[in-house]
Amino acid sequence: MTISASAPAAATSASRAPLLEARNISKYFGAVVALEGVSLTVRSGQVTCLLGDNGAGKSTLIKTLSGVHPPDDGTLAVDGEPVVFTSPRDALDAGIATVYQDLSVMPLMSISRNFFLGNEPTIGFGPFRRFDGVKAATIAREEMHNIGIDVRDTEQLVGTLSGGERQTLAIARAEYFGARVLILDEPTSALGVKESAIVLRHAIAARNKGLGVIFITHNVQHALPIGDSFTILTRGRSGGTFKRGELNAEQLHALMGGGSELEELQADLEMLAQREAAGEDIPTVPLGVDPDTVPLGDEPPTT
Amino acid sequence: MATTTASAGPAPERLRTVSLTQRLLARPAAGALIIVVFVFIVFAVLSTARGSSAFLSIAGVLNYVGVASQVGIIATAVALLMIAGEFDLSVGSLVGFSGIVIGIVSTVWGLPIWLGIIVSMILTTGLGVINGLIVVRTGLPSFIVTLATMFIIGGLSSVLVLTLTSITFIRIDPALIAADPLAQLFSWKLSLVFDGATSDLYVSVVWWILIAAVGAYILGRRKFGNWITGVGGSPIAARNLGVPVARVKITLFAATAFSASILAACQSMQFSSADIQRGGGWELQAITMAVIGGCLLSGGYGSVVGTALGALALGMASIGIVYASINADWYKIAIGLLLLTAVVLNNWIRRRFAGLR
Repeated sequence: MTISASAPAAATSASRAPLLEARNISKYFGAVVALEGVSLTVRSGQVTCLLGDNGAGKSTLIKTLSGVHPPDDGTLAVDGEPVVFTSPRDALDAGIATVYQDLSVMPLMSISRNFFLGNEPTIGFGPFRRFDGVKAATIAREEMHNIGIDVRDTEQLVGTLSGGERQTLAIARAEYFGARVLILDEPTSALGVKESAIVLRHAIAARNKGLGVIFITHNVQHALPIGDSFTILTRGRSGGTFKRGELNAEQLHALMGGGSELEELQADLEMLAQREAAGEDIPTVPLGVDPDTVPLGDEPPTT
Repeated sequence: MATTTASAGPAPERLRTVSLTQRLLARPAAGALIIVVFVFIVFAVLSTARGSSAFLSIAGVLNYVGVASQVGIIATAVALLMIAGEFDLSVGSLVGFSGIVIGIVSTVWGLPIWLGIIVSMILTTGLGVINGLIVVRTGLPSFIVTLATMFIIGGLSSVLVLTLTSITFIRIDPALIAADPLAQLFSWKLSLVFDGATSDLYVSVVWWILIAAVGAYILGRRKFGNWITGVGGSPIAARNLGVPVARVKITLFAATAFSASILAACQSMQFSSADIQRGGGWELQAITMAVIGGCLLSGGYGSVVGTALGALALGMASIGIVYASINADWYKIAIGLLLLTAVVLNNWIRRRFAGLR
């Protein structure tokens, strides 16, 4: 798998209308304000990172963009033209494909059947039109190979693949079916370090092909290296949009609302260190490690 | 989970070539095939040891195939529904209801039998659509919804038949059945004579095999079959990929009810009567067949061929017990043991050969 350093589509796209634009989106669930006046733009050949803590409204915004539920206020525009999505199918037809962290593939279905679920190739005529398993297997193998995974048997159940491979399958599928905007909803949250890196590479590769990528995460470390712009959500409201290089990790954390908590944690740990240095016996995990995230496998310690 | 072992190496190195046997065992119907062979051997040996050759005779085969075909007719649709992640506990009461409608239209009202069969199919399928609509619209578990409709439909049959007649059993004139064009499709039988004894091959066997073949074709070869598995695997993901989840579920509830009406037509034509008792408890037998056939209760995985094999295993056991001169009370124990064995076997096969952890 190689990723070209240049982003050919990026240079020309800046002048054109954004692929997908959300303007002043609001969404309420009863008395709860899920989103209020949130805007987001994604351009061809760019990665827009959507950052926010749990409960900030990231998922609600994504569901609005992908047609799962319509906004109560505000507009969506594709290529500058206003659109209304009434179902995920509408969004897919407009070239907006979403890869959900855990809900994009069926573990008990084969790779080729997963690849074509909802878009099955058929062969034959009239009442004898049937699923073209050979074509599905050939294309699925080819596309998986192109994205860097060699599948020997496309009848293999997806449940036998690793988490990263499943995400890769979902990304390959979205690209094959003509996605122009790829929404990656916390694609790395359940993955180990190496697996996360693979998925991040795919996001960059998609950008280099000229797709617009929306990358949702609460992990600043994953967002910083690949984002062209960063939109921050806090408690359902926009915390601003920044270009690459304008902010560092600490500033992003602070904007996401988690900054002060992390500073408190840092202070607590320093205090413990001082007490330990003073000879107190403190039963605790090694310094600098959050006890909740003691690595149990190859899980990355969260910051 | 898969993620903990995932990062040890790139994908290609993690795959190995597997033998044909292993590939066959990875199919969801593999466990059911093993069960059928096992049941066959057990009862062939037991009945022969008791001095009866009946289990291995043509008459014996026709006998247990006939028994298997009865619940087998509804088991295909029940299995497809289970693969889509839903249950229909009302299917047994639908069999009774459907037969009662045939009896009322043909005997109580004196209308042609073919009309009775058509009316019963339409009404029964309509109830299936209602089952599906309630499940899809309310989002409640179909287990609960169809438990409720099971009582409602069973009660409806009683109310209907007791309002119009005085007993819960309606006799249908065999002469009228013999003269009716549509009834032939459900009453036909082939009488075969072997060693001086007559044995009958009922048309229900043809229906059973036909429905299983169509079901297997739809599940394995049609776009709709892919949708069924997808809907059962994850309804949310399927909807996000553009699969019409509600339509798939409602269609399957309707298909289950429709197959109940085919079974009811076969029974009422074969026995020349309708009885509200018929079909009672068969919903659980159909689910048993589907589970033996490799269907997961949680949906997303299963086999129609396996379910037909499950029906065959249960048919063999019910007749084999008689031929082996074992008290028929043991039949329920045998079913329970078979079900447990099949689940354990299917689980093991899935882990061992399909590579699922």
